[in-house]
Amino acid sequence: MSDLFLSMQNVSKRYTGVQALDQVDFEIRRGEVHCLAGENGSGKSTLIKIISGVVQPDGGSEIVVEEQQITHQTSIESMRLGIEVIYQDLSLFPNMTVSQNIALNEIIENKSRLVAKKHEAEIAQAAMDRVGVNLPLGELVGDLSMGDQQLVAICRALTSDVRLLIMDEPTTALTRKEIQGLFRVVAELKSQGIASMFVSHKLGEIFEIAERVTVLRDGRKVGTYSCSDLDDAKLSYLMTGQTVEYTPYNFEAAKQQPLLEVRNLSKKGNFADVSFALAPGEILGVTGLLGSGRTELALSLFGMNRPDSGEVYLNGDRLSLGSVGKSVRAGIGYVPENRLVQGLVMPQSVGRNIVVTTVRRLLAKLGLIDRDRYRENIDEWIDRLSIKVPSAQSPVRTLSGGNQQRVVLAKWMATAPKVLILDGPTVGIDVAAKSAIHTIIRDLAKSGVGVIIISDEVVEVHGTCNRALVMNRGRIKAELDMASTSAHELQDAVQQVSV
Amino acid sequence: MRRLMQRHETYVFLAVVALTIVVTALNPNFFTMENFLDILKSCSFLGIMAIGVLVVLISGGVDISFTAVATVGQYVMAVVITRYTGNIALAFAIAIAIGLVLGLINAALIYFFNIPTIIVSIGTLNVFYGLLIVFSGGKWIYTLPEWFRKFAETRVFTLFNSNGIPYGLSIVTLIWIFVIVLAALILRYTVLGRSLYAVGGCGFDKGPAERAGINIFRVQVFVYTFMGFTAGVAGVVQALLVQTVAPNSIVGKELNVIAAVVLGGASLAGGAGTIVGTLLGVFLLAILSNGLTLMRVPSYWYDVVIGLVILTSVSASALQQRRKGKRAIAVEDAQHG
Amino acid sequence: MGEVRNRFKWIHNEFALLSIVMVAVLVLMAVLNPVRFFRIGNLQTMAFQLPELGLLSLGMMVIMLTGGINLSIIASANLSGIIAALVLHALAPPETFAGSGLGVTLIAVVAAVAAGLVVGLANGALVAYVGVSPILATLGMMTLLGGVNIVMTKGYVISGFPSAFLFIGNGTILGVPFPLLIFAGASAVVGLIMERTPFGLEVYMLGTNETATRYSAVSVPRVLIRSYVISGVLAAVAAMVMISRFNSAKSGYGESYLLVTILAAVLGGTSVYGGFGKITGLVLALVILQMVSSGLNLLQVNAFLTQAIWGMILVAVMIGQFYRVKAAARIR
Repeated sequence: MSDLFLSMQNVSKRYTGVQALDQVDFEIRRGEVHCLAGENGSGKSTLIKIISGVVQPDGGSEIVVEEQQITHQTSIESMRLGIEVIYQDLSLFPNMTVSQNIALNEIIENKSRLVAKKHEAEIAQAAMDRVGVNLPLGELVGDLSMGDQQLVAICRALTSDVRLLIMDEPTTALTRKEIQGLFRVVAELKSQGIASMFVSHKLGEIFEIAERVTVLRDGRKVGTYSCSDLDDAKLSYLMTGQTVEYTPYNFEAAKQQPLLEVRNLSKKGNFADVSFALAPGEILGVTGLLGSGRTELALSLFGMNRPDSGEVYLNGDRLSLGSVGKSVRAGIGYVPENRLVQGLVMPQSVGRNIVVTTVRRLLAKLGLIDRDRYRENIDEWIDRLSIKVPSAQSPVRTLSGGNQQRVVLAKWMATAPKVLILDGPTVGIDVAAKSAIHTIIRDLAKSGVGVIIISDEVVEVHGTCNRALVMNRGRIKAELDMASTSAHELQDAVQQVSV
Repeated sequence: MRRLMQRHETYVFLAVVALTIVVTALNPNFFTMENFLDILKSCSFLGIMAIGVLVVLISGGVDISFTAVATVGQYVMAVVITRYTGNIALAFAIAIAIGLVLGLINAALIYFFNIPTIIVSIGTLNVFYGLLIVFSGGKWIYTLPEWFRKFAETRVFTLFNSNGIPYGLSIVTLIWIFVIVLAALILRYTVLGRSLYAVGGCGFDKGPAERAGINIFRVQVFVYTFMGFTAGVAGVVQALLVQTVAPNSIVGKELNVIAAVVLGGASLAGGAGTIVGTLLGVFLLAILSNGLTLMRVPSYWYDVVIGLVILTSVSASALQQRRKGKRAIAVEDAQHG
Repeated sequence: MGEVRNRFKWIHNEFALLSIVMVAVLVLMAVLNPVRFFRIGNLQTMAFQLPELGLLSLGMMVIMLTGGINLSIIASANLSGIIAALVLHALAPPETFAGSGLGVTLIAVVAAVAAGLVVGLANGALVAYVGVSPILATLGMMTLLGGVNIVMTKGYVISGFPSAFLFIGNGTILGVPFPLLIFAGASAVVGLIMERTPFGLEVYMLGTNETATRYSAVSVPRVLIRSYVISGVLAAVAAMVMISRFNSAKSGYGESYLLVTILAAVLGGTSVYGGFGKITGLVLALVILQMVSSGLNLLQVNAFLTQAIWGMILVAVMIGQFYRVKAAARIR
């Protein structure tokens, strides 16, 4: 018996006008933990769709599963072959119990018409026993933590005879502790000969458990590597084909009072005793894993998450932090983490999205919008940030990720903020656009704005900020000067405090 | 215990108990077996439709056309049994068949053209009802066959009150119980029931339900034909109760039914709602109206009270939902030291 | 590719599409019943009928733009109408009152608008602060207001208003029906609010994506409350026209309008999901619907058949929108 579970040769897929995959070879061994890495648009998701039978490859492609040549594969067939995919949204039903969620697929697959609660519980318990997890069977899935929900999704996949479990970005929404729980389960699967495949655009924690990584770029396979041979920087080079040159951000603090001063800020269940200062022109990184309280802190400064105690001063004036309107009027801007849901109103025009934060400043008589200034304002920002868009009327959704992020930056820079907080400013953006965004941020800082970058990408924080705070479990654990700290040391600091 | 206190049904139950105590204190005639069985009989019409509405709400939809469906089913049934002959089984069969067909139309519009359910049902309510009035000329039917009247008076068991007047559990209530049991079995013990909760629970994007292998069209067809089925049954039951058929007597009641189901804890967002809650909601409204009558409150205050009860209830569950949402973003507590 | 896009561009243009439909309906009417349709009397009747429906539709559309629906709009209008009627009867009893009653009329209108405002505030607060879904909030409000209306009138009709008040619904200025002027004014004001004020922009953004709008420093509750207030006030103005035309007020007037207000908004291009739709589209849609309604009236079509036809048109328009969205997606 060959030790290969799946092997693909010459797999290509062409959509109208786009070569999504170009003659890719790919293989997964039995019981292996494999990682599929690549930027957005590298062909990762097309490859998963082909493996899971959702999409048919073009002619000339060869797929062999369990030593059998596969011709016309559908998603049902692929499930029968033991391939299960857990998508990022987990596809769970929050209004149903743990046991109902786990058992649902099997019950429907078996074409039975009746169900008994006891039978569901047995199916669920059996699946949980296989990987040694124990979740309350009667609890609603919507009431569980993200980590436990992930485990429910895995257990559901285990109800069928799974041989390969594909997980799309499984760790992004998990805290450190939950990730460790997930890894225990993956190790357990491995011992039972079940292969796991992680799909990710950044490796981070996955390095700890994956054995091999296959890198895709622009629809082509770059290669398959042993994880022990790679580090973050090398992987980033393989994924992008270019080394990102980060020139350190030199910042000389002038001897003046700080722009922003946070004193003993606390909010129950979010963060505690947070104090720091920010000088004009400074770029301060805030890093830490998910659940460290970094985003909650940013939301509090933005006026969306009222803290229980502590004070914040901007240019010596105390901020109320009671409403977004007040924070923004005082001079705080916030570029949120989720561009699609929080950052932009996707179906609306670029113009409206840029101007929504400042439209109340563009009034003529009778409280009506001054049309000339309205148009000039939009054109000015499209021009200043070189946003590539056919017209200001185009819906934002038609733009590329990088251009979309420029629109978000434009709408906040237009408010002429004194402090701009950016949460994951380059998430899901390709390398070229990334460095352009970093340049915009630096220019902004050089003009005297205080910038706070929240990011879990250590390389990004190290390369763009002059100072970084490391947070864990709601507290600031370390403050590091980037000029005297290497990226490795920063990485270590994050890992150390997060154990 | 803690779990019991988290359940919406517990509060509705407490409200029913409190209301019963208040009304009984004001009028001891309220808390008698006779009045109780009477309430069970008179609210069976709304109660049957409430079961159908519950199924629609669980699936994530809204329907307001069911009163028109009930009217059409009832009217056609009445025309057939008065003009030709028939028996009670045929009467139900006709009304149910019409309910199923009209429900199927709703399901098809919702599934194939992706139209929001509220808009579809506002449209079909007017189409069904408008056409019925056009074809019937709006004429009332007063003389229903003798066997139809006799069937309505059938009692499952008979008791006598202190004045020697017989009363008992009406056959009409038994029909309601049948619908309840049928729905309970489907919701609890069938894959269809599970699929229904799953489809309702995934909100706007039905992808997760599809990926689980659920045939969404089949679920939608079930939801709206079941609604049609309950509407058909309710149409006959209403005719049994009042023994006249007036084309305008049911349309306009849709709010009371939806109110009862929402009071019982079903959510417009879909995926939530139980039979017990729905029944409690129906009882709450029934006791409320019965109590108002016993307390000699003029009937025109009825809608004011119902409106206030609905608004209070939906506000309470919205606020509860909000608090739950807030808890979800909370992270681990910061350690001390 | 670009050429194809241009050829299909009219699909995206609501205004052009509606204009074509309007001309088609006009031609149809001309063929079916040319003499009676284009008679001055009929045109006048149309001009008197359109405004009350138009004002209610404006009120419905504003809420639909926020992504909601206002099912209480008719009940709210009746509340305003009944309050105005009660004020008129208290200050100018029909049996004894002489004179035109201009002052009394003003007081009655103010009272009615105030009632619409309060209903709007209540709806808005339920949706914005309590977080009740618009369907449930306005459904509950509809039941409550329906009850209040019956309690206030005890189910009777209140009729007989002073002449100044009757002018609102029946008067003409230079031959133009006064209600039409009110409607034109209201559409212009609402159009200006939606297209040219920050509030309008915020409504469109909020109706498309509430979360992103909140993250854009827009006070979402304030925008919602203002929208429901505008809706309530428009319902009150519609009520003035309506009870003045009928010379009476009663609970339950105009209940069949609910469907038609939604139909007018949807036909005019307002998205049932919120965020998109223009006042010009609504006005064209209203003209089309009024022509169809008058045409059916002239053909002596039963009122209930008309109601059924409205329902069919609503479903047909939604099916049309479905295919349009599909076609647009394919072109892109």
